[in-house]
Amino acid sequence: MLSIQNLHVSVGGKSILKGLSLDLPQGEVHAIMGPNGAGKSTLSYTLAGRAGYEVTEGSATLDGQDLLSLSPDERAAKGVFLSFQYPLEIPGVPALTFIRTALNAKRKAKGRDEIAAPEFLKLARAAATGLKMDFEMLRRGLNVGFSGGEKKRMEILQAVMLSPSLLILDETDSGLDIDALRIVSEGVNNLRSPDRSMLVITHYQRLLDHIKPDKVHVLAAGRIVASGGPELALELEREGYDKYGVKEAA
Amino acid sequence: MAAVKETVRAVEALEGEKYAHGFVTAIEQDFAPKGLSADTVRFISAKKNEPEWMLEWRLAAFERWLAMDEPDWAKLNYPRIDYQDAFYYAAPKEKVGPKSLDEVDPDILETYKKLGIPIREQEVLAGVVGSPKYAVDAVFDSVSVVTTFKAELAKVGVIFCPISEALQEHPELVRQYLGSVVPVSDNYFACLNAAVFSDGSFVYIPPGVRCPMELSTYFRINASSTGQFERTLIIADKGAYVSYLEGCTAPMRDENQLHAAVVELVLMDDAEIKYSTVQNWYPGDKDGKGGIYNFVTKRADCRGDRSKVSWTQVETGSAITWKYPSCVLRGAESSGEFYSIAITNGRQQADTGTKMIHLGRDTKSRIISKGISAGKSSNTYRGLVSSHPKAIGARNFTQCDSLLIGKDCGAHTVPYIEARNGHSTFEHEATTTRLSDDQLFYCQQRGLGSEEAVALLVNGFVREVMQKLPMEFAVEAQKLVAVSLEGSVG
Repeated sequence: MLSIQNLHVSVGGKSILKGLSLDLPQGEVHAIMGPNGAGKSTLSYTLAGRAGYEVTEGSATLDGQDLLSLSPDERAAKGVFLSFQYPLEIPGVPALTFIRTALNAKRKAKGRDEIAAPEFLKLARAAATGLKMDFEMLRRGLNVGFSGGEKKRMEILQAVMLSPSLLILDETDSGLDIDALRIVSEGVNNLRSPDRSMLVITHYQRLLDHIKPDKVHVLAAGRIVASGGPELALELEREGYDKYGVKEAA
Repeated sequence: MAAVKETVRAVEALEGEKYAHGFVTAIEQDFAPKGLSADTVRFISAKKNEPEWMLEWRLAAFERWLAMDEPDWAKLNYPRIDYQDAFYYAAPKEKVGPKSLDEVDPDILETYKKLGIPIREQEVLAGVVGSPKYAVDAVFDSVSVVTTFKAELAKVGVIFCPISEALQEHPELVRQYLGSVVPVSDNYFACLNAAVFSDGSFVYIPPGVRCPMELSTYFRINASSTGQFERTLIIADKGAYVSYLEGCTAPMRDENQLHAAVVELVLMDDAEIKYSTVQNWYPGDKDGKGGIYNFVTKRADCRGDRSKVSWTQVETGSAITWKYPSCVLRGAESSGEFYSIAITNGRQQADTGTKMIHLGRDTKSRIISKGISAGKSSNTYRGLVSSHPKAIGARNFTQCDSLLIGKDCGAHTVPYIEARNGHSTFEHEATTTRLSDDQLFYCQQRGLGSEEAVALLVNGFVREVMQKLPMEFAVEAQKLVAVSLEGSVG
């Protein structure tokens, strides 16, 4: 279970998160919705441990263990996976090489041997099929020349392969057409499991038509200002964020 | 910028002590008197029992060298070298060359082990049945001590032996080609090499023969203050093919050690030579102290029509690297390729590149250079592409990419392009990028440690060149990339 208490975060001296608290029990899927500039991406980067996101106050724990004192790779080893809003391109490193390296790093952290090549390829093929991706794409430089939709699918494929205990989806729906959105959502839904929590960060309600959250939180001006069931997302869709004291940027 | 800061911190933490090949083998050495004079030259020639013409050749080179000035045009900074303050000859004390591995000094074998000479090559040296075929001519300091597979090579007429041996057994071949690609007075360091070279490899592939195995040589500098001056001569006769691998490491030393090798490649009609190098000499400690000075002249002469040469190099070592493997494209439709990965870290300085001299019609050349600078190092690509009036239809494609890690290093690209006819096509592309914090964070988020992330990103950057290396070399080279940037992060 992810537990965030009174989290304050500054970026470049500017205060972005101002006392955010959130409990995400194991096996649940929570959505974080909020207007632009509310601090949604700051929350995901802070949880993943990106440099430059300075925690000035508060705590974040995963299954009772402090996250904030760990390096990004240590957090990954603990099961934190961030699906990036803008996945990076890694020229010259085939996706398969990248994923195998990541998987082995994780196994090593757990004291396990490296995965055998046939087993790895079998898993990768199955994951690619599940996300309707051409396996040959995995032999190309990671994300190089991929479309926005392909990059997002590649993120989910990595999540499938790395099997995280906390999956953070940062604006996974952005840049996706309706077909890609359906495929990616299916991939995410297949990842739902009693021992995995998900934080779905989104600006729009439409993603939540496909990925049904257990709870919805409204993030505005650096804090959670309202929490409720899935109906809260529909209400936000109808009425916007005005009610929470913020003007929706055009 | 924290990731980059981390990288910079780690680069600062680079310590020479970590150099995996920093060890000294205690073997009795047979030294020439310290210093350089005509007598030193005579001593070396006498030690090698060389023919009179060879001594004359060396002495003439020495005379020319005395009148030459050390070049200063490269972007390199190093204190003046005192050429009198070095030994010019050191050979393991062996009365007769060993006939088998059992006769080889166990210390030398131990040295190979520490060098990490791959298991398969140790197998080869140990004569394991069914081991892959590599002919290893190991240059231990200055004298070749082991040559394997000579008999098998001899069956197809391939000569692969120490050049000192070639001088005894095939003097006519050596005399015909030695210095014909890199003339005695070509440059300061090549001239010095001509005067005092101690040993090196000699290869002759007869017409129409495809060399049945990869030829490989390990060079290693082992005696303190011993200049190492190899001389390599490879001749591929008409329609011949050979792939030659050269790998280098050297133990840790306090004084800078001078290394000035010369490699000459001769290609007749339709001949092909692939020459691959992995150079991992001691780069010095974190202040650059004690590293190797590497001044190398490598040149291929494509004399024959449709001949083809390719240089592939992975340069990670040495304090100073001054090296421009070149191609003289004399034969019509001959082609030259240069694939290079140069990594500098700590205080290393590399000034390296190539020369593609297009003399014949419809000659082609291709240059792919990947430079990686970290720490406080400086990495310069210097290249010349020229076409002469008769080189109608000459074509070149050049791509120079530089990657910077941290903010205290430098990358420079100095291309010279000279087209002396109106029918040449030269293309040049260059990029300089900094290792991105975003990419590093992305890798780390997936569970990679910062060092592992850097190694992965850098290996991606150099992949195009890595793929040009023979498979068995590429695996080692990939590890070497990680090792040379090790301690450069976290």
